[in-house]
Amino acid sequence: MSRIDQLFGSLDRPAFIAYLVAGYPDFETSLSASGALIDAGADILEIGVPFSDPLADGPTIQRAHQSALEGGMTQNGVFNLVKEVRRDYTTPVVLLAYANHLIARGISRFYEDAAAAGVDGVLVVDMPPEECEEARLNAEKNAIDQIFIIAPTTRDHRRDMILQKSAGFLYLVSVLGVTGVRHRLSPETLAFVRDLRSHTPVPLAVGFGISSPDHVMPLAGAGADAVIVGSGIVDIIGRSIAGQPSAHDELAAFARDMREACNNCSKMNRS
Amino acid sequence: MKKGRFGDFGGQYVPETLMGPLEELEEAYLQFKCDQGCKSTLDRLLTEYAGRPTKLTFCKNLSDILGCRIYLKREDLLHGGAHKINNTLGQAILARYMGKTRLIAETGAGQHGVATAIAGAVLGLPVEVYMGATDIARQQLNVFRMQLLGAKVIPVNNGTKTLKDAINEALRDWVANVRDTHYLIGSVVGPHPYPEMVRDFQSVIGVETREQILEHEGRLPDAIVACVGGGSNAIGIFHQFINDPVRLFGVEAGGKGPGPGEHGASLCAGSHGVLHGAFSYLLQDGDGQVAPTHSVSAGLDYPGVGPEHSMLKETGRVQYHTVSDEEALDAFFLLSRTEGIIPALESSHAVAYAVELSRECRKDDVIVINLSGRGDKDVHEVARLRGVAI
Repeated sequence: MSRIDQLFGSLDRPAFIAYLVAGYPDFETSLSASGALIDAGADILEIGVPFSDPLADGPTIQRAHQSALEGGMTQNGVFNLVKEVRRDYTTPVVLLAYANHLIARGISRFYEDAAAAGVDGVLVVDMPPEECEEARLNAEKNAIDQIFIIAPTTRDHRRDMILQKSAGFLYLVSVLGVTGVRHRLSPETLAFVRDLRSHTPVPLAVGFGISSPDHVMPLAGAGADAVIVGSGIVDIIGRSIAGQPSAHDELAAFARDMREACNNCSKMNRS
Repeated sequence: MKKGRFGDFGGQYVPETLMGPLEELEEAYLQFKCDQGCKSTLDRLLTEYAGRPTKLTFCKNLSDILGCRIYLKREDLLHGGAHKINNTLGQAILARYMGKTRLIAETGAGQHGVATAIAGAVLGLPVEVYMGATDIARQQLNVFRMQLLGAKVIPVNNGTKTLKDAINEALRDWVANVRDTHYLIGSVVGPHPYPEMVRDFQSVIGVETREQILEHEGRLPDAIVACVGGGSNAIGIFHQFINDPVRLFGVEAGGKGPGPGEHGASLCAGSHGVLHGAFSYLLQDGDGQVAPTHSVSAGLDYPGVGPEHSMLKETGRVQYHTVSDEEALDAFFLLSRTEGIIPALESSHAVAYAVELSRECRKDDVIVINLSGRGDKDVHEVARLRGVAI
């Protein structure tokens, strides 16, 4: 049973998944931000592997990728970051990579290095299951959960195939579009979560546009097992570049609020 | 061969959100191909509006100089000034057939943007074109042309601010607006079914060339030369000759030299990778980060290449070579002066390689150059490079 499975098996509330970009604004800050997020209550840490052409990401995360690369971040650097986090924490760590990371490194080597660093799950943003078989087998071999995305545009026959192949949790892209802060949760998003809930027991993590503790309760009510916050966090981390030391406190406070919103859902009658 | 693959190359490396829409596009395209109404609309627009068939011109002066028989396939004579319109008319009709109400496109040199703006105008679909800020600066004329044609040009300031970033941005737009928008990709790149679909629309070039050369020479040519950025004009002319004893040459941008960031020679100097939805040759560093590129011609300034070209390289059916900025410029002047035809800087790369190839040719050898576009759009840039103020 993977760390991710154990986590979802043990929680009676939605999990809070926090995303940041490795090496943004620099290695040390992304390491300390990782610690701050976990200390404040993040249940899973998602680490974005910087890529020159992150086409699934909106402006906030794109800038973070670019800036991390300009600062010299590499795949080795990402694995070192995970190792450093692992030194102090048992929190599950998921890598968000792009296909070309795996191809350039060699797919088997990527998963071996990920496992050695202590990675629990891998999601390759531009590798739908049809292109992911070799990666998925390597993930299995290295006891890593290969995580897949389901989107509002995913058709039923593909949904069933994805459900069958996915491990750890399912990443629900809640809206059409790229990553980025959106202020309102749409009724379509909630309907999408409810619909999927009726088809699978696999933990459902909802991402893209989740930015506020207020989003948690309705999502949990619709059947979500986790909420993923990305751009909102990257935004706060970015402010520390502009020499705002308060960004660190702001990050911790934001993570605490998100976690508290998750805690408040613990008594809900969850399906 | 696996669906959507050319040998090992191609595929659909896209975010999940696009998988459903790509499947829809593939299904619609299969229906579209059998739809008589769509087919006659496309045929009519290609002949009465775009100017097909284009001429195959025998270049007597250049042939005398080079010592073999040189023909130009005159895609430069098409409406809009390049082969791009073969594809944009086809995809715009398909988009309308699918009930889409908006077209988006990327553009490098601006030729595909102009061709999309033209197709959108004539078929009544609003067009938005993503274009890198660097390309906007060096292709002002085409930017204004697109605007005149009613399209909105959206500057892209990310990354290298060129074609690859424009494609990223167009894909992001498409992910967000996929229900009513068709992404009209301009080359044989991107996820399946784009490389196959764009090839089908461009293969009219080769079909005509074959008939015309048989008429002129009574036989097939010895060699065909075409420039390769993404590779649509090259695939378009090659495809009809793949099973014939005709040597095929693809010419990539050698730029300023072989150093990193100095050229756009994905096939000649790249390695296997994934960019914009397809597994293909790619210019990248050892960590999988896409490398910056350079070419005097914006249309060849791209780190990726169509997956079918990657297959044709590995099977050895097509030979790929590079031509430098300087050689391309020389060919630009050469063709202008000897034949009275100003070629696009992209096509000038093909002309330059034909000059090289002619050195090993006999008097009766026949070379066809795909003159994919005309050079009017480049006049300003060439003047600037030569220090002439206009």
